[in-house]
Amino acid sequence: MKKTIAALAAAVLLAAAVSPSAFASSEEPGQPAAPKTGVTINVYNWGEYISNGVDDTLDVNKEFTKRTGIDVNYTTFDTNESLYSKLANGGANYDIIIPSDYMISKLIDEKMIEKLDFSNIPNFQYIDEQFRNPKYDPKNEYSVPYTWGVVGIFYNKKYVKEPVASWEILWDKKYAGKILMFDNPRDSFGIAQKILGYSYNSTNVEEWENAAKLLKEQKPLVQAYVMDQIFDKMSSGDAWLAPYYAGDAATLVEDNPDIGFAIPTKEGTNFFVDAICIPTGAQHKKEAEAYINFLCDPEIAAANVDYIGYSTPESAAKELLPEETVNNPIFYPDKEILDKSETFVNLPEDTNLLLDTLWAEVKMGGPGQTATLVAVLLGFLLLYIGIVVYKKMKAKRELQ
Amino acid sequence: MKTISRIYSAVLFLFLYAPIFVLIVFSFNNSTTMSRSVWSGFSFKWYAQLMQDGMLLNALRNTLVIAVIAAVVSTVLGTAAAIGINGMNKWMKRMVMNVTNLPMVNPEIVTGVSLMLLFVFFAKGMGNISLGMFSLILAHITFCLPYVILSVMPKLRQMDSHLYEAAQDLGCSPVLAFFKVVLPEIMPGIVTGMIMAFTLSIDDFVISYFTSGTTQTLPIFIYSMTRKRISPEINALSTLLFGTIMVLLIIVNLRQSKDRKAEENLIEEA
Repeated sequence: MKKTIAALAAAVLLAAAVSPSAFASSEEPGQPAAPKTGVTINVYNWGEYISNGVDDTLDVNKEFTKRTGIDVNYTTFDTNESLYSKLANGGANYDIIIPSDYMISKLIDEKMIEKLDFSNIPNFQYIDEQFRNPKYDPKNEYSVPYTWGVVGIFYNKKYVKEPVASWEILWDKKYAGKILMFDNPRDSFGIAQKILGYSYNSTNVEEWENAAKLLKEQKPLVQAYVMDQIFDKMSSGDAWLAPYYAGDAATLVEDNPDIGFAIPTKEGTNFFVDAICIPTGAQHKKEAEAYINFLCDPEIAAANVDYIGYSTPESAAKELLPEETVNNPIFYPDKEILDKSETFVNLPEDTNLLLDTLWAEVKMGGPGQTATLVAVLLGFLLLYIGIVVYKKMKAKRELQ
Repeated sequence: MKTISRIYSAVLFLFLYAPIFVLIVFSFNNSTTMSRSVWSGFSFKWYAQLMQDGMLLNALRNTLVIAVIAAVVSTVLGTAAAIGINGMNKWMKRMVMNVTNLPMVNPEIVTGVSLMLLFVFFAKGMGNISLGMFSLILAHITFCLPYVILSVMPKLRQMDSHLYEAAQDLGCSPVLAFFKVVLPEIMPGIVTGMIMAFTLSIDDFVISYFTSGTTQTLPIFIYSMTRKRISPEINALSTLLFGTIMVLLIIVNLRQSKDRKAEENLIEEA
């Protein structure tokens, strides 16, 4: 009996284990592949953030291997913070990472990424002037922009009839219980800060506290603090208003004609960039730079953003994209809005700490509730100990 | 009373299996984009995409290779450990069992972080090799081991300890007696332990997350999709995995009941 089971299990697993290579070997004829160099670079990128060959799109990593003979070990992360912890703990050797703006300035401050040799990256010439020397990397020594975008508001046209032009609509009591907010402090605080007219990168304690107060006022109206669940909640009509990244807007808007996406023109918005960097101590720096150069190739960049849905920092790549994408103000907003918008940079340590504390207060409903919760738990614990002691004593008395 | 218990178990099963049922249904959803909650016709589209997604298949392959190796190694080690523990005196047995049970009650995150620290410490000492497949397999064996021991122990306790001696009296060598008598007796426990280790290894996220280095397993891959959104391909993959495990379990059960029947027949004939 056990032999059959073992054989069966082995067969199933073997089939599963072998099949990927079988599928991967379907190479297109034509261009000859470059000879293998035997080098594998470790790439760490956001989930679902590269064109992967599904549905006749370009398989970017495979194309890179074909052109250069360098293999790619591609892995993914979910937040800038988890990328940071992975790097800081020293558990992995990456050659390429793609963090966002504020994380890049943090990594530069802590000497965790290396200066790039731009003579190995000639395709940097295609990066638009507007994206060079950004705030997070002022001399543009450490990073090459990959994609960018802005934050806007999804709204359900059936229920939200007024124009969505200001972040204040997320505080409108009319929509109580139908509003979603970001489940991450920087983005949520950013919205409150824009309403109050503060900078995202303020170090003023009072300003942060005022923003927290505003978020606490909003809390009773908020249905939930979520990240990607907004897609389900919006398309099913559970929620009517939700801020999110513009790059992910297209699929939802296409899917459901009732849903619109607007960028608050009144206050401006967060303008974010994800950029390619090489961590300090990378073992294959040259090959990594070849990879960066490859990603900046307008053809590759165009194929990539076409799949991802975010915006490209290259005009040359924009020309290769479908016209309705390039002319869509969601993806390429007017300069007027961009001028009002701001990028996150790394905050000083004490501001970060303050932000974490304030965010916990906003989500938990203030320190008062936490104290009550602790008191209740302590009460239960005491009760339990009391019962145990009482039982022990009773048992002892019965023994005597 | 009977109707109440029936209704109760029906509700229980509904709660257990409704999510899986929904997942299976939506893996056949023919939506033009990636909607997860609107039904728009039947198609095998996501299964086709699944087969083209090299990254996902790579993560799946890593997960399965790790799960198979971890399950087999931890079963062998765990069975040997259980037999050893069973032979100890009462005091020692209790102490060792407490120690082996500790990893199960220990928060996973503590296990994960401490394993990572240990691996990083050794990796640095041995010339900066990075974590990957090997450290993942070691970590998975570590957390699977207690479960195997726990499922083999009761079978050893149930077994008549004189059986082993009797076999030797009838001319078996100790090794032969172990393979002919002890092993078949505790086999159900071993199989249960192995299946448990396999499934635990497949769905572990926390410990893998800390020890994976530059290798990616399926749970980590799926989790990293959460900024954008989890693709329906994952529904298709989960359906396939669920189906495979279902079939395996059914075969195990059928085989066992067949064996039992054969035994009963033998007894009747005798």
